[in-house]
Amino acid sequence: MAAQSSAYIAGAYEHPTREAPEKSTMQLHAEVARGALADAGLAKDDVDAYFTAGVPEYESGLSPLIMADYLGLEVSYADTTDYGGSSYISHVGHAVSAIRDGKCDVALITLAGRPRSRGQATGSGARSIRSAQDSFERIYGATNIGMYGMAAKRHMHEHGTTPEQLAEIRVAASHHAQYNEDAMFQEPVTVDDVVESRVVSDPLHLLDCCVISDGGGAVLVVSEDVRSRLERECVEVLGHGEAVGHHRAGRIDLTRTAAEQSGTRAFEEAGVGPEHVDYASVYDSFTITVLEAIEDLGFCEKGEGGTFVENGALKAPNGDLPFNTDGGGLCSNHPANRGGMTKVIEAVRQLRGEANEEVQVDADLALAHGTGGSIGTRHGAATVVLGGEDR
Amino acid sequence: MSWEPRPTPEITPETERYWSAAADGTLLVRECTDCGLVYHYPRALCPDCFSDDVEWKEASGEGTVYSYSATQSMSGWPEEDLPLVLAYVELEEGPRVMTNLECDPEDVEIGTRVTVRFKAVEDADAAVPVFVPRE
Repeated sequence: MAAQSSAYIAGAYEHPTREAPEKSTMQLHAEVARGALADAGLAKDDVDAYFTAGVPEYESGLSPLIMADYLGLEVSYADTTDYGGSSYISHVGHAVSAIRDGKCDVALITLAGRPRSRGQATGSGARSIRSAQDSFERIYGATNIGMYGMAAKRHMHEHGTTPEQLAEIRVAASHHAQYNEDAMFQEPVTVDDVVESRVVSDPLHLLDCCVISDGGGAVLVVSEDVRSRLERECVEVLGHGEAVGHHRAGRIDLTRTAAEQSGTRAFEEAGVGPEHVDYASVYDSFTITVLEAIEDLGFCEKGEGGTFVENGALKAPNGDLPFNTDGGGLCSNHPANRGGMTKVIEAVRQLRGEANEEVQVDADLALAHGTGGSIGTRHGAATVVLGGEDR
Repeated sequence: MSWEPRPTPEITPETERYWSAAADGTLLVRECTDCGLVYHYPRALCPDCFSDDVEWKEASGEGTVYSYSATQSMSGWPEEDLPLVLAYVELEEGPRVMTNLECDPEDVEIGTRVTVRFKAVEDADAAVPVFVPRE
């Protein structure tokens, strides 16, 4: 079998806004699309594939049509995989497959949303009963933070993880956010600040939760042929894996996520292991989301995440596993309540040497991982392994 | 604790029996007669082997707390019903079911033995299974 052709991220753009009361969600999609094209040095007419997971205000099944219409795109390929916040990491993998199959050469992926301006109680709001499944979950007041709280409590029970260890994750993220002028929360916090903040759903505190922000982001995945014509430094997509975790018919394990499978698949495709990763973007809806993912991705043994994050392992530039150097969803941005896109963008910045100076890692190999939906019921896990040009 | 109005379940042909049994004070689970899986939430086909030879099984209503979290604030939920204790209870029959624990969060921990109770909702043909610590 001939070697598979490569695909590259040629453009990446994060909208600088965190609150956009005067703009429509579709306008934000257009602005990030334009930003990614400018970053890559490509023109709108070069785009021949479009990926998005939806416009929250609309039926998700309609969104690629609505958005292609609004953006004026002429495409030969479209994909609207919706795994919640991890969707955009899946889209990168799906775009690579489509490019390898010869279906397209320039794939645009966009995310945008305005939950902050819309006053959405994202993690802590009771939800209406709209399906049979809701009747077994939301009827009990199952909020996102309630479900992740149950995961954290079970993890603590099985492995002795402490609230202070979870707090270290926020501390590291805030250390990075102080250098990001666009971050929502730029003030560094201490372990005490986190564990003394208000308990929302025990054992999780307010500072264990991500921000709610308006905004968005876009990336462009291109073929080898297109890349060879570009002057911009590109990032190679070396591996991609995804998996769906769920109830398993009543055998749910709240301490494990489908990152076990998505990570293994991505590493296998890339031909590397967790020990080779210089920088990791790890989905951080809550601190516990990070803790379980770094175990499941193989950065440490199951149950040892708490010990791993102590003593600054996640802090850039010198920690063992520098993570979320933009401040992540915990401190900087969680546009549309979906953090997968910004995870890819910061990994691209790191590999291009364009992260904020104080947190720039000497990175040749990076990982971006998303956990979408809820680990308390069903979730999508998606992982990509990315390589820099000079590696 | 009261829960008025408690959200009313969406009753479908697949789940109608579950809800009506709850209104009569019985907790049901599904059991596959082909592969033996006892599962929750109710589905017409076994989620392990896709057999449609599945039966309703009366659960004992006893279980242990697998995990829980006391939610202190929640928009859209009556203030007087907070904190709300969200939980997974592992039934004696096997499945882990999402539920609420109707007790002071201080009176419960992982592994606590609990027993089912049924909360009335506006729809008389349904009730919502919740759990309390066993006497």
